[in-house]
Amino acid sequence: MAVDTPSQSVAKAAGEHVARGRSRGTGTPRRAAKRSLATHWYAWAMIAPVVIVIGVIIGYPLVRGIYLSFTDANERNVARSIGVNEIPATYEFVGLENYTDALTGSQFLGTLGWTVVWTVSCVALTFVLGLALANILNRKIAGRSVYRMMLILPWAVPGFVSVFAWRFLYDERRGLLNQILSGVGLDAVPWLNDPLMAKFAVIAVNVWLGIPFMMVALLGGLQSIPGELYEAAEMDGANAWQRFRNITMPGLRSVSTTVLLLSTIWTFNMFPVIFLLTRGGPGEATQILVTQAYKFSFEISPRDFAQSSTWGVLILVLLMIFAAIYQRVLRKQGEVW
Amino acid sequence: MRRGIAATALVAALGVTLAACGGSDSGSDGASKGSGELSGTVTWWDTSTVGSEDKVFKKLAEDFTKKHPKVTVKYVNVPFGEAQNKFKNAAQSGSGAPDVIRSEVAWTPEFADLGYLAPLDGTAALKDQGDFLEQAAASTKYNGKTYAVPQVIDSMGIFYNKKIFKEAGVEVPTSIADLKTVSATIKEKTGKTGLYLRGDDPYWFLSFLYGEGGDMVDADSKKVTFDDPAGVKAFKTVKDLVDSKAAITDATNGWDNMQAAFKDGKVAMMINGPWAVADTYAGKEFADKANLGIAPVPAGSAGQGAPQGGHNLAVYAGSKNLDASYAFAEYMTSAESQATVAQELSLLPTRQSSYLQKEVAKNEMIAFFKPVVEKAVQRPWIPEGGSLFEPVKVEYTKVLTGQTTPEAGAKAVGDAYRKLLKDWK
Repeated sequence: MAVDTPSQSVAKAAGEHVARGRSRGTGTPRRAAKRSLATHWYAWAMIAPVVIVIGVIIGYPLVRGIYLSFTDANERNVARSIGVNEIPATYEFVGLENYTDALTGSQFLGTLGWTVVWTVSCVALTFVLGLALANILNRKIAGRSVYRMMLILPWAVPGFVSVFAWRFLYDERRGLLNQILSGVGLDAVPWLNDPLMAKFAVIAVNVWLGIPFMMVALLGGLQSIPGELYEAAEMDGANAWQRFRNITMPGLRSVSTTVLLLSTIWTFNMFPVIFLLTRGGPGEATQILVTQAYKFSFEISPRDFAQSSTWGVLILVLLMIFAAIYQRVLRKQGEVW
Repeated sequence: MRRGIAATALVAALGVTLAACGGSDSGSDGASKGSGELSGTVTWWDTSTVGSEDKVFKKLAEDFTKKHPKVTVKYVNVPFGEAQNKFKNAAQSGSGAPDVIRSEVAWTPEFADLGYLAPLDGTAALKDQGDFLEQAAASTKYNGKTYAVPQVIDSMGIFYNKKIFKEAGVEVPTSIADLKTVSATIKEKTGKTGLYLRGDDPYWFLSFLYGEGGDMVDADSKKVTFDDPAGVKAFKTVKDLVDSKAAITDATNGWDNMQAAFKDGKVAMMINGPWAVADTYAGKEFADKANLGIAPVPAGSAGQGAPQGGHNLAVYAGSKNLDASYAFAEYMTSAESQATVAQELSLLPTRQSSYLQKEVAKNEMIAFFKPVVEKAVQRPWIPEGGSLFEPVKVEYTKVLTGQTTPEAGAKAVGDAYRKLLKDWK
């Protein structure tokens, strides 16, 4: 799972939202603030640089993005100053028009549909495979550390490098995969040229990239489950499946809920895999919300900053709703999160 | 004391932050022109094909220093597919933009309209303006001003592998129906595919659109024409070529796959332009240059048409070294420079006088393309010219991969154009 900054910031934003809900102070806010400033001025001064930096690199773009989504800003009407040419901004406030356009048109909903399919299948597959591998590597098998090293490799290689490698493997005419297939007498598969195959292909690459993270996180969880529980269960005559079902799964809960949430948010916004492998193609078959938002803002001309930010805000809202529901469900099940 | 530490820590932390934000403001150094001698740095973004064309252009660009010893030329090759966006990013933010860019003909009015280009009328960049081919100069004008200098002009034709054609005993196809039968014969006799149809770039679709008598838009009557019956028919034609196995195509990585397939003799034909000649000669099938044949694009039901393209050199309005940039643009488009390029890369000059030079006149590729260019279909030089391709790209690939019908595809493009071009019919 390549950790790219946008997804992190979204995760952070979602986290902040959650935290805000809980820490509600008591007493009149003004006096409390004054007192806290008087007693903790030193602490405030120390965190000021961090607050300023975060405000500049996260807060300003966020606020600006939200503002642009209520305007009709595009490449032709934003302010530009190029040497002798000074061009003032002429875009206007259009209210919720961008949002109604996005939510009533077929493009956003269609892209959202595939984004959900992509996220669910990627997260489910990485979780199941990561869990299986973690269980295998949790046993004492020969060469365990070598396997562990090798399974972390996809994570250690920069995301764009491995995605490019996959792109070469998938190439229909000169790619390694099709050469192997033709070697055993099979027809070439249009990995990235057929809309359906391209969907499978991008999911496969993302699963490949995502497994190490799942595996390492779950392996850590497995190792924190006390061995005595398994011994006791074995004494009571529980078979392997029962031990897995009743000891391993509950024991992994705190780890797996966290990695599932993180993995969902990352996959939802997994820009590099889609962009570098297919650029959203063929046609728009593999376009997810973030790659489409990027396209509005950087690939089409005139660049549509308003629509791009609208999609960005909608992605943020969707993920915040998802995190809130997820937290509520977990809390109902008695999980402290 | 405590206060002192806190203040110091704060100042230090802010200092680090500010230093990090400062960034590097590279690009052109300020130039002094007091003495009348040009100096400073000129950064040039070239978009020519890496591995074949770029070497020639780099050398030519750097030779500018021989005439102006105090000027440093910084040659940067930006892949053609990325250059338009990269330049817009840099130009808008005002940092990292080059002084001179090799701007494709359709980008030039767009960049000019956005205010990114310096008007060149009355500057050193334009010399002997009357010598430029009229067609080439057309794309450099916008709103009555000249924003670029034509560097090369081009059109498209069918490149074919003479050896394969001989083996299969076929003649060069002149129409699309011919193309299909020829491809079938080639497949039967040699097992090779007839045509590589580039499926990820709509520019390669234009000759089919023109062949059916269609066009993207009609700029004179402000009318979108893509979704006319001709556009639908053109989509049907390309789809049929792929379905009938007369052609192979790719939805990604088309340029590399096309060049590889043709250079290795896996396909007998491709539609391409002069910019591909130098790269094609480097292929193993064309070690003997005579094996590469060239012919006009096959005609559709309404006749034959290939797009007129080319590249201009434009000067960034925010350049800190305008005078040297003007001189550089002039130097790169001079008759002498164009002759060098024509001779080494078979690219077509934009100056009439260049064609009279002996080396240019006897170049086979140029001799072929010159009349093709003269007949080529001009695109409308409107600011939206560079925006017209993206909608076609999506629908073209969708049609080829069977995700949409030719009718729905053409309609989707037409709708996108009407949204883009306000008040057009």
